[in-house]
Order: sequence, then C-alpha cells, then structure tokens
Amino acid sequence: MSKLVLRNIGKAYGTFDAVKDFSLELAQGEFVSLLGPSGCGKTTTLRMIAGFLPPTSGTIELDGQVISSPSGVIPPERRRMSMIFQSYAIWPNMTVGQNVGFGLEVKKVPRAEADRRIAKILEIVQMGPLKDRYPAELSGGQQQRVALARAIVVEPEILLLDEPLSNLDANLREEMRFEIRRLHDEFKITTVYVTHDQSEAMVTSDRIVVMNKGRIEQVDAPHTLYGKPRSRFVAGFIGRTNFVERDGQTFSLRPQAIGLSAARPAANGVEAEIVDRAYLGEHWDYQVKPLGETKSLRVSTGPNTVYALGSRVWLEIDPAAMVRVE
Amino acid sequence: MAVDALTTTTPPARLRRGFDASWILWIALIAVLLFLVVSPFVHLLITSLRSEKTGAFTFANYAAAYGRERYVQALFNSLELGACAALLGGAFAVPLAWAVSRTDMPGRGLVRTLVLATFITPPYTGAVAWILLAGPNAGWLNKAYVWLTGAEAGPFNIYSFPGLVLVIALYSFPYVFIFTTAALELVSSEMEDAANILGAGTWRTMRRVTLPLALPAILGGLIISFLEAIALFASPAMIAIPARFNVVTTQLFQFFGNPVRVEVAAAYAMPLLAVTIFLVVVQRLITRRKGFVALTGKGGERRPIALGGWRWAMFGYAMLVATMSVFLPYLFLLQAAFAKAWGRGFSLDNISLKNFRFVLFEHATAGTSVIHSFAYGAASATAATIIAIGVAYIVNRKLVRFANGLGFLCVAPFVIPGVVLAIGFYAAYAPPPLALYGTAWLMILAFTTRFLPIGYVNANAAMRSLNPEMEEAVRVLGGSRMLALRKVVAPLLKRSLLGAWLLMFIPATRELSSAIFLYSPQTKVVSVMIFDMSDEGNFEYLAALALVLQVLTLPLLWIGQRAIGRDFMLRRTAT
Repeated sequence: MSKLVLRNIGKAYGTFDAVKDFSLELAQGEFVSLLGPSGCGKTTTLRMIAGFLPPTSGTIELDGQVISSPSGVIPPERRRMSMIFQSYAIWPNMTVGQNVGFGLEVKKVPRAEADRRIAKILEIVQMGPLKDRYPAELSGGQQQRVALARAIVVEPEILLLDEPLSNLDANLREEMRFEIRRLHDEFKITTVYVTHDQSEAMVTSDRIVVMNKGRIEQVDAPHTLYGKPRSRFVAGFIGRTNFVERDGQTFSLRPQAIGLSAARPAANGVEAEIVDRAYLGEHWDYQVKPLGETKSLRVSTGPNTVYALGSRVWLEIDPAAMVRVE
Repeated sequence: MAVDALTTTTPPARLRRGFDASWILWIALIAVLLFLVVSPFVHLLITSLRSEKTGAFTFANYAAAYGRERYVQALFNSLELGACAALLGGAFAVPLAWAVSRTDMPGRGLVRTLVLATFITPPYTGAVAWILLAGPNAGWLNKAYVWLTGAEAGPFNIYSFPGLVLVIALYSFPYVFIFTTAALELVSSEMEDAANILGAGTWRTMRRVTLPLALPAILGGLIISFLEAIALFASPAMIAIPARFNVVTTQLFQFFGNPVRVEVAAAYAMPLLAVTIFLVVVQRLITRRKGFVALTGKGGERRPIALGGWRWAMFGYAMLVATMSVFLPYLFLLQAAFAKAWGRGFSLDNISLKNFRFVLFEHATAGTSVIHSFAYGAASATAATIIAIGVAYIVNRKLVRFANGLGFLCVAPFVIPGVVLAIGFYAAYAPPPLALYGTAWLMILAFTTRFLPIGYVNANAAMRSLNPEMEEAVRVLGGSRMLALRKVVAPLLKRSLLGAWLLMFIPATRELSSAIFLYSPQTKVVSVMIFDMSDEGNFEYLAALALVLQVLTLPLLWIGQRAIGRDFMLRRTAT
C-alpha cells in the first residue's frame, strides 16, 4: 500500500488555479521532489500535504486514511509529519538542544529517552558540541543542520522540505544535498522535497515531479527525466537542450549529444559554422549554425576542443539521441 | 497509526472548534473596538445634530457654534497657527535632520539626544518655560535686553501670535525631524555618488537628489506638525488667551465651561475633525507613494558627506535650536523650581527645596495627580497593547475574513484630535447608563483609544517581522496554536511589545488635551495640575512639578533604550 496518496488535488484562489488535478503516490521510504519554476504550485502542494492549506478539490491520504479534503483537514499538529522551512524557522529564543527537543517534549517522550535521542541526532548532523548554543551564534549551514535534526528526531511519518537549501551559499548547498540524501538513507523516512534547483532534485530524489503552472508535467526517476523528457517544458527545465523541428514534430537534442569535429564523420554529418563560443572551464559552449539554416544549435565539448569563431566544423547528430517532445 | 479515520464527507470536529476560538476572539475584539473607537465617534456626530432639550434632530447646535464672528475667526486662527508653526518647525528640523543623518557635523549624537529631550518635553512645560523667558517685562530675555542696552523695556512678548507660533514650533519640530531622518537614512550614498560623478557638488547633489527623494517624508512630517499644532490645547490656553485671541481648542474649552454645552462643542469640533481626516489621508498618499526607490528599497551603504568648514556652522545652528528648545527653558525651569521667588534671580539665598516639598507632600492633590497620571497611563498602555497585539495577530495570520477592518479601527483614532476624542467620550459615556464621568475609567478608556494607533502600528510591525514559519514549525511538530503563541510568539515579541507599551505610556503620563475635558477633582492628573498652576501664576510650584514629571520619565527612557535601541522614541513608528 502506498504511504501517501494525493488524489486529484486542487487549490483554487477565485478563478486562479494554484494547483490543479495533482495526483501522486509515494511508497514507504521514497524520496520524491517537486520541481518547477517559482509560482508553479509546488510549495502550495507541500503546504496542503502538511495541513496548513485545505485543498479545494481532491483528497490526501496517509496510510489509507483521508487527512485532507475540501470538507476538512486534520490540523498540522496531528499529522505526525515534520517540515523543514525555507527560513529554517529555528526558534531564536531556544538553544540548539531545546529546538531539537521541542517535538519530543510535545509528544511527552520521557526526559531520559529524549536526551538520548537529542544527543544521538546532534551527533549524526555533527552538531553535538553546539547543543547549548543559541541560534544567533550559528552559521547558516549550522542552522540548517539544527532544522534537519529537529525534523528527524521525532521520527515522522513524512518529512517535508520546502526549498531548504535556497538560503545557503553555493558550496554549502552542494554539500548539504548529499547530507540530506545520506540522512534519508539512514532513516528511510518518506520524504517530499520542494525545490526549483534541478541538480538538487537529481542528487536527492528517487523520483522527480516536474510541475508547471499548477500541473504535473512529468513524474519519473532523474535519469528518465533527463533522457526521455516528455514535454518541451521538461526538456528545457531539466538541463539545457536544443529544440529541433522535423516533419512538423519537435525533438529535444542535448548539447552533449552532438559530436563536433573538423573532419567529416562517417554518417549523419552536417556542416556548420561556429557563430559564438564561451569557455566555462569544465567545457566549451559553442553556438553553431548548420549551413543554410537560420537557427543555431548549442553544442558542448570538452575543454580542449577549441575552434575559432567563424570556422567550419562538422556536426554528428545521432538520430537516437533526438527525443520527441510535445 | 494515530491519524484519525475520516471520510471526505464529515469535517473533523476538532478542527471546527479551533476555528471557532479565533472567531470568538474576533468578536470580542470587535466589541472592544466598537466601544472604544466607533461609539465615541458616533456619539460625537449624534450629539452635534440633536437638540439638548428635546432630543430632536436639529442644526441649531451648528448655528450656535458658528453664529458669532469670533467663533469663526478662531477656526482661521487655528489654520494660520498650524501653518506657521509647521513651517517654522520645518526650518528647525530639516537642516538638523540632514546634518545628523547625512553629514560629518560634529556632535551628531548630542544633537539627536537634544532632539529627544525636546520631544519628551510636554508642550505645556515648554510654554511655561517660555513665559518665564519672554513674558513682557519680567521675562528673562527682556531683563537681559534691558540690562545690556539700557532700554526701558525689552522687545519680547510671548503673549502674541508669533510667540505662540515659536513655542509650538519649538516642541513639534521633532516630528518633522523623525520623518526626515527616516527618509534620509534610506537614500543610499550610491545615488549621491551617481550625481557626484556626473559633476554635481555637495550642495547641488543635496538640492537635486537628496532633498527631492526625502521630500514626501518632509511634507508628511510637516502635515503631522500642522495637525499637532491645531490639536494642541495647552500652549494656546496659556498664551493665546492672555493675548486675547482664540483658537479652535481654546474655544472648545470655553463651550465646555459652565454650563457645559457639549452639543455645541461637538458641532464646533467638526471642522477640526474634517481637516485632520483630510490631511491624514493626504499625508498617507504622499508618504506611501511608490516609485521613490529611496523610500522603499534597501538603504545600501551610507557615508557621511564632508561639510568642511561648514560643519561648525551647521553645529552652531543645531545648538541655537537646542538653546531655544532645551538649554534656556530647562535652565530657567530649574531656577524657578529651586527658587523662593523666580523673579529674584540666581542667588544663593534664593535657593530652596520648599517647592518640591510642597508639591510632593503638602499640596492637597499635586502628589496624587502624579500617581493618577502614572496609574492611568499604565492601565491604558497595557489595555492598548493587548488589543493591538490581538488585532495584529489576527490581521497578519489572516485568521478570519475582514480582519483588516479591525486593523483600520485600531489606527482610526489617529485622525481624531485629543480634544475631539474627549468630547466624543464625554458624549458617549458621561451620561447614564454608564455614567462614567468623574471616574478613572473614563480617563483610562479615553487614553487607551487615544494611544491605540501607536500600539497597533508597533505591534503590527513586530508581527510582520515574525516569520509565520516560526509558528508552523511548532505546529508541524505537534504543538497547538496556543503552544506556538506561548513558546515562540510571546518570547520573540516581548521586547517590541515592551517598546510599544512605553511609546504609549510615556505620552499618556503627560496627556493634557483629552484629560482637560474628562477629569474630575477626584481624577486629576499631573498635566491638569500643571495647567491649573499656570492659571494661578504659581510658577515655582509648577516648575518643580514639571521637573518631577521629567525626572520620572528618565528611567522609562532608559528601559526603552536598553530594550529596543537608542533611538526608540525617534523612530517613525513612535509617532
């Protein structure tokens, strides 16, 4: 049986549909991301799962029992979920230990056991020595770890994360992605993760739900989404791509999937001209225009493949790499 | 699994009950606000349109109120007074504000402190000090002039229209100062740098960039100053009446004399109310206008502008203003308070503590009036804080629909001048069934309403700064809304609410313009006491009592500065 089921969930504000006809099933222990541009309805969906917002249509079921429907919702405090907020929402009036212990206190876990669990989780997130610090004395990354510990220590049925890394700097963000996945693998908590950052979603998730304008575009494992995007939107949102029109149909062609060489390839060769280029350290980014065409293509090559502007090159396009999109 | 079974057709019972609780709170707050804000206002209107004898609908009160030329003249006097006082106050405040917030003028902290000292000087205390300074013949400035020039009489006469303008401007310029510094502190140095790099010098940059960016705020401050001036009761009563002219507030007071003609007073108060509402709306439109990035965006980095030699000229001007508003007035208030007779000047054999002994221990009511002021102030500040935070919470968390209406009621008293508010309270609650006249309740209720807007603006700002996720984090971990309020919201808002409380309590302890219409011999407050003493010409006692009030305020200021920052009285939310 699925752990969490969203059945045709919708949230309308007047005539505006923030979320429409959203259906999703999560298996026990699964890690699913909701990915999409800002305003796509992902946070609204998460807040409906948490119980902060009632849906205007559809139902949400946890372990087979309805917890949200348009006629009523079980309030957040009785759902046995945990949530990590964009702002972390670490209470500045409590120490690290008090923050982490709050959920246990509310659940009336005996003091001794609570202390043991707090110590253990702080150990796991590497915050053990900072137990008696106040949040104002912590860095952003440390606050993030406190938020993780506070959410996990109560062993929730569902863990919800709302753009938890968006306030961190780039290096820390990359580190914390792996940290979140590591914690998930250790505790096996069913997790819903909201983000607008595709690489965050790809690193952490078993499956990704790509959302656009309140609707689901595609739900799949990361490699399927990248390799077989179903819609133009998904192809453009997950990684970079070229759109190629053939016979009235649109195909997605990844910049990495195009070969670039000075000599004519054995098959599928197209002659083209380099019209623009950018060096990005890890790779070259070329804009090439096939001769006789008006639209240029983007091609990525290794850092040592250097062509001058205006030079003639050959493109090798494998038809199997072209994915038809809607 | 502990999650209760539910079907989609039956709403969970517990949830519905939680919803009801916030509705009950909402209804309670509505009732309180109807009582405190709407009812006095409605009674004011009704009273002005009803015959005192028959209770029938009539315009006779308006005819009585505007039936004489001198009554109408008083209206125009008020407008002229407000305009002159606001402009003079602007001339004091704007250069000071610019110098303090944007330049390298020496002593900027000192100037700020002196503006604060001016701000916490009640207008009636300032007016009395200036009577000592510039009263005809006996005033110290006149004596000094005679002594220096050998002339027969000095040129200064505080009992005149210009005298009144000066006294009001000197104690209302901090409003313009607060608005202007708040705006200037948001103009980023980069905007000025952009003008400099295109070749504009310091003065041109100020004239073309800085001041225009701050102009809406300056105008807003001038309007508030104007409104303060026309709503002021004490200074005109002390200065205009001896100078034989009336303004709206003094005329209102006369309608309230023996016999009390509250219906005529209500009718007469309408233009004051209309002008105030109109100008507050204008002020909001000016200062809320979007498009000036400087007033909405981030401050960015700010470097002080180097004034060169002008910095001392600027400092001199600041000291001149402070001399008129603080140094001279307090010097001579101290002299009078410690003198056997103030006219005998500064000599050792004229020094005595008898005035303090008299007002604190021997006078029949002066000592209790101080206690009354602080007790009523504390009660009303506490009540207003509770109402304000309750409404701010409901509004910010959108717990019920139409919550914004509650917020509007909380700030609405801002457009009602103190004297008009008092007439409304008198009309609503002096007669039976409540018959509150003569009780402390009437004073406390009126003060609560009068200062509620300050409380609400501060509570609302505090609530807004509190991320709702702080509470959601409690609830998602199993805590109720009440637990979130107790464990998170209350501890985090403690300081801001203490600040809001002080910002209401401090002015409430010195409030005169509403108290003068509502006090009885049993509920006399210190401001009324001081006013009475000035009527009787007891300036030594008066000075002693006024200084006692100022000294008692100092610990409050200290607490406020410790709790929420040095400038807590001089922020825009403070007014």
